[in-house]
Amino acid sequence: MKLGHRKRELPSAEADLTPMIDMTFQLIAFFMVLIRFAEAEVSEKVQLPISELAKPPQKAPENFITVQITADQSAIIRGNEVPLPSVPGLLAREVEYLEGLPTRPSPSETTVLIRAHKDALTGDVQQVISDCQKARFEKFSLRAEYDAGY
Amino acid sequence: MAIKRKGGAGGPDKVELNMTPMIDIVFQLLAFFLMTLNVVPDEGDFNIKMPLAAPREGLPDDRNLPPIKLRLEADSNGNLARFTYNGQPLASAIDPKTQQPDGGFADLQGRIIAYVGNDTGPGGVGANAEVELDCDYRLRYEYVIRAISKVSGYRTGDKITKLIEKIKFAPPRRKPNT
Repeated sequence: MKLGHRKRELPSAEADLTPMIDMTFQLIAFFMVLIRFAEAEVSEKVQLPISELAKPPQKAPENFITVQITADQSAIIRGNEVPLPSVPGLLAREVEYLEGLPTRPSPSETTVLIRAHKDALTGDVQQVISDCQKARFEKFSLRAEYDAGY
Repeated sequence: MAIKRKGGAGGPDKVELNMTPMIDIVFQLLAFFLMTLNVVPDEGDFNIKMPLAAPREGLPDDRNLPPIKLRLEADSNGNLARFTYNGQPLASAIDPKTQQPDGGFADLQGRIIAYVGNDTGPGGVGANAEVELDCDYRLRYEYVIRAISKVSGYRTGDKITKLIEKIKFAPPRRKPNT
């Protein structure tokens, strides 16, 4: 007797991945909108003092350089960390950099954003401002962290 | 792209796309954005109009208001030890948020508000008055920002009322030999 074997087709489970792909695209769009490549340099070594009046400006200044002052008496300009006495040398390089830009802004037209650690010495901050003045910078902005109150 | 065609005799061709590579790349992108996300708190600026008491250029001030001199003295740890307004000591009050003495900042803001009054328009006292900060070298920078905040204005809800806009530093004091 020949027994015929019939192949049973096992039911195959197919997962519909469409909602998962939708959610993944949503997440990507969310992070792409959220990610902000900061216009000014931000160093983790510098913890800004907090102020309720330091509201973020509507737009960044047209020409600016960022000088960060840490609590251990060093300065960071364009990613280079140097002791404070070396700041004038770095500022001279910044002036050369500005002269190389297409718009060639002069130091007097360029804003210096001072990001100083809350525990930095006031005298060190004043010394850096004085060095910037000697390099012909005239406009200064002191950065603080915004306390929204909630 | 792997495309499979399925179709029986006489039936329309079914085109199946293999989505696996696309999903791989999408997850790669997601991982990239997750790793590069850097949550940075909002930052704002205080503009110093005439830093370091530099000689003023341009038109002279019609109202000739003398600058308000704030003297901030530090102790050996850099904390605020003495705070005076035109030579008069400022009274320290208890900060309602921290329940600690505030060092005289509330009194400072009260005196500035009394000085400016309602004259906060473009040609008013607020626009023409000037504050000069004379700080010890060792004073921690956060006290300077607190003083500038109290002098610049105050916030009620979302509304910011400006007080004095012109802020400058006195010539820096000598660095202590420690």
